[in-house]
Amino acid sequence: MTAATERDEERRAMTASGEVAIEIAGMNKWFGDFHVLRDINLTVYRGERIVVCGPSGSGKSTLIRCINALENHQAGRIVVEGTELSSDIKNIDRIRSEVGMCFQHFNLFPHLSVIENCTLAPIWVRREPKKEAEDRARYFLERVKIGDQALKYPGQLSGGQQQRVAIARSLCMQPRIMLFDEPTSALDPEMIKEVLDVMVDLAESGMTMLVVSHEMGFARQVAHRIIFMDEGQIVEQNEPEAFFNNPQSERTKLFLSQILSH
Amino acid sequence: MAGEKSVAFVAEQQIPPSPPPVRTGGALGWARDNLFSGVFNSVATLLSLAFVAYILAMVVPWLFIDSVWNASSLQGCREVDDGACLAVINERFLQFVFGFYPEELRWRPILAFVLLFVAIWPALFSSAPRKLLIFSALYPLLAYWLIWGGSLWGPVGAVVGIAIGWACIRFLPPLLARGRLDEGLAFLAAVGAGILGAALWWLFCVIAFEEALSTVLAISLEPVESARLGGFLLSTIIGVSGIAGSLPIGIVLALGRQSNLILIKGVCVGFIEFIRGVPLITLLFVAWLLLSYFLPPGTEFDLILRVVIMVTAFASAYMAEVIRGGLAGLPRGQYEAADSLGLDYWKSMRLIVLPQALKISIPGIVNTFIGLFKDTTLVIIIGLLDPVGLLQPIRADQNWNGIVWELYGFIALFFFIFCFAMSRYSMYLERNLDVGHR
Repeated sequence: MTAATERDEERRAMTASGEVAIEIAGMNKWFGDFHVLRDINLTVYRGERIVVCGPSGSGKSTLIRCINALENHQAGRIVVEGTELSSDIKNIDRIRSEVGMCFQHFNLFPHLSVIENCTLAPIWVRREPKKEAEDRARYFLERVKIGDQALKYPGQLSGGQQQRVAIARSLCMQPRIMLFDEPTSALDPEMIKEVLDVMVDLAESGMTMLVVSHEMGFARQVAHRIIFMDEGQIVEQNEPEAFFNNPQSERTKLFLSQILSH
Repeated sequence: MAGEKSVAFVAEQQIPPSPPPVRTGGALGWARDNLFSGVFNSVATLLSLAFVAYILAMVVPWLFIDSVWNASSLQGCREVDDGACLAVINERFLQFVFGFYPEELRWRPILAFVLLFVAIWPALFSSAPRKLLIFSALYPLLAYWLIWGGSLWGPVGAVVGIAIGWACIRFLPPLLARGRLDEGLAFLAAVGAGILGAALWWLFCVIAFEEALSTVLAISLEPVESARLGGFLLSTIIGVSGIAGSLPIGIVLALGRQSNLILIKGVCVGFIEFIRGVPLITLLFVAWLLLSYFLPPGTEFDLILRVVIMVTAFASAYMAEVIRGGLAGLPRGQYEAADSLGLDYWKSMRLIVLPQALKISIPGIVNTFIGLFKDTTLVIIIGLLDPVGLLQPIRADQNWNGIVWELYGFIALFFFIFCFAMSRYSMYLERNLDVGHR
């Protein structure tokens, strides 16, 4: 049995278990008059790893930003780990503490050292003792292979190192779901690999992951499911092998031919 | 083609790092590079040197060599020598510093001034013991009591009012929210209740509180009227209060201006635009004359306190706009990262946004501080005797009639020392907070 089919088995088992991490139903969003997300329906099961791809402006970043309420949706519902996103601030806070997020531009706090970046939220949001938060931060920094830089400031690190710190910072809150918003798009080719390695490692640990990315190699290697979006709607979704080898819609075929040909 | 080389190249070894070339020629070399690097620069350097020498040749003998320190009048000075008549400063120095503060009580403002440095130490330098901040918080009360005297319980009563307001804002929202009130509304209601509670306390209860406690335990200093305060003491009181008050108020206004709550935003924008749109002198006149019409008859509201409030309000409006610039200078990603980690509004402001926004705003903030400090001389318009206000009677005095440079120079020196210190501190702070290169 190949790795890919093994993963398909895994996915079917998750679906069968019915343990839903994120449920999005009939979700619509507008920026002013612009209809940016159109009737999105998506169920993510616990432990599932989904890569979202599509041309720029297709709404894929907006989609995952809706999941932790960095953007508000105007119609439909989003339920994360049993909590429905509404304007109620308590629900938003509960969801944000379950959902970690990594940004394209890392968004580390430049006035705090690496370790302070990682311990800030555990100490101030979870009210953990400093010692405990620091121990966990060191553990995760070690895990993203950056333990020796703990006392430096973000400005002294390379892009790849910063992104790894950002991943560790999110993990320190011990989220059940991780969202990645084009985590490698702002990196030099040599640094992309070090970040992807960390993400593969995270995937192997069983984390539920939603990744907006153009890294098709990564998608092939770890994704359970690939979603292709265009003009605000989900155009096609499938298991990786089927998605790459046998795309159904014309739009998907065109997209794949363009990004795989170079 | 003959002679054409192949483009292929492979480095044969890694080039080891070597130290940079040494600068040649020491001081002489530096002068050649920086002062005499060309004809134009050489001429400019020589002209500048000549100018500096000319000024020094006039000032140094006048101020240091031919100056007179001991005389009882300008005539007396001139009989001794024709330099600066510093005798006037010698004679009036204490008046310049204290105004008409009673001589035997002058240890009180001096003590307050010394304690001021203890109070601002932990605010200025992170190496200071953190516990001192408690002293800093209590210092305004202590300084007020030392300078104005009276019963200790008066200032304590004023602080109790602030505590009442704070307690309302801190503890009421959860109670109100439990009554199914929207969180934003609950907060607004709590702020309203806090302000109202504090105002009622100050208007109706403080005096009774003071009298009651004074009968139990009378701690008091001999009171000194505001009219007797003057000179640098007055400038420092107004300047330091304005600086200490305008920064926090400015931060609140700047945050309020960004708020999504229309009411809060409206109040902040209205305040900022109104105060900024009016000259400080107008505000001082309002404090001096108009305010008495609006207050209940018989209310005694100290003039210096009124001036401090107006100066603080004026500087706060400018401060708010300076800080708004800093807030706008922060990338959106910082707010989003704070949100995504689950920090609530106040925590993300306090831990993420403000430390960075204030750092960006340091030059503007110190600029406003310096402007405010120099603006304190405007109180002369409403008859307060700050150093410039003290000049007029001195110059009108028959003994010192005709003296100009010495007096204004002395006052300028005082302001320069304060403002230059602030400027240097801000540069130190910027260097200190500069971590990593973005």
